[in-house]
Amino acid sequence: MHSSVTLTLNGESRVFEGPADGPLSVAALLVLIGLDTRKVAVERNEEIVPRSRYAETWLVSGDSLEIVHFIGGG
Amino acid sequence: MDGSIAPEGQAADDTWTVAGRTFRSRLIVGTGRYKDLEETGRAIEASGAEIVTVAVRRVNLSDAGAPMLQDYVDPKKYTYLPNTAGCFTAKDAVRTLRLAREAGGWNLVKLEVLGPPPLLYPDMQGTFEAAEALIKDGFEVMVYCADDPLAAKRLQDMGCVAIMPLGAPIGSGLGLQNPAMLTMIMENITVPFLVDAGVGTASDAAIAMELGCDAVLLNSAIAHAKDPILMAKAMKAAVEAGRLAYRAGRMPRRMGADPSSPLTGLIR
Repeated sequence: MHSSVTLTLNGESRVFEGPADGPLSVAALLVLIGLDTRKVAVERNEEIVPRSRYAETWLVSGDSLEIVHFIGGG
Repeated sequence: MDGSIAPEGQAADDTWTVAGRTFRSRLIVGTGRYKDLEETGRAIEASGAEIVTVAVRRVNLSDAGAPMLQDYVDPKKYTYLPNTAGCFTAKDAVRTLRLAREAGGWNLVKLEVLGPPPLLYPDMQGTFEAAEALIKDGFEVMVYCADDPLAAKRLQDMGCVAIMPLGAPIGSGLGLQNPAMLTMIMENITVPFLVDAGVGTASDAAIAMELGCDAVLLNSAIAHAKDPILMAKAMKAAVEAGRLAYRAGRMPRRMGADPSSPLTGLIR
């Protein structure tokens, strides 16, 4: 059975369907959004999620995530 | 000849080193405020810069496939120097650079903690706090700061790897308003010393280099020029010219004329 997860992503509330076989990981979330994991960084509840742990970092409703990348700046 | 003065052709060996990394170009350029990413890439190429500053911002989740800076400014070719632009507290600056380190794996960063508009003047209290936290966390911190000799020395003593006071407010293009103070600060600084902010045109960059700065950091002066690519070339030439002039050592100033042509042998 799918369970929905409500997350705050970059300040916006979004609802995601978790996978049938378990909770939603950061890795799975990035695939759902369509992001290249090599070019972003993720912070969950104000703590960095190391890239090596995306697959085993489980998200629960109420989590707040910041997903950032590099843009032009001086 | 076995002279100790290197011929001009060896200027390519006139490198500078920050945090163990050695560079030939003494121009660091920002990647912001360009018309588009394509222009950003071309301007940076024309500037000859080897280090580029970059900002860390939220991904636009509604357009996840949009082109990214890395597609136009190759991180393998240029050293990315993540900044903390837009951070008004030490906490935000440290948080931003931790994310930058995770996104790119870089320890070398540009710290700036700013006061409110319209001046965006360096907030030195916040800068000290952030520098301390970042250095403790293993970062190599190039720090934007006020043109304050005591603050600059203190930041160096804390372990910052480059001291980068402003020549004028960020994006003002006013040119160096404080050359005498910059020179006095430099006397007590042994790590690389850069002017960061205030450069408006090529002569400003040349002046910074003639003062003896190790490098110059600028963004708007190129990005907001009518022709950014041409201005990028001008900045490259100006930084090189200023550096050569510094190494050459300028003639003394004198209050009066000193004729260049001999006064002997004049016709009567």
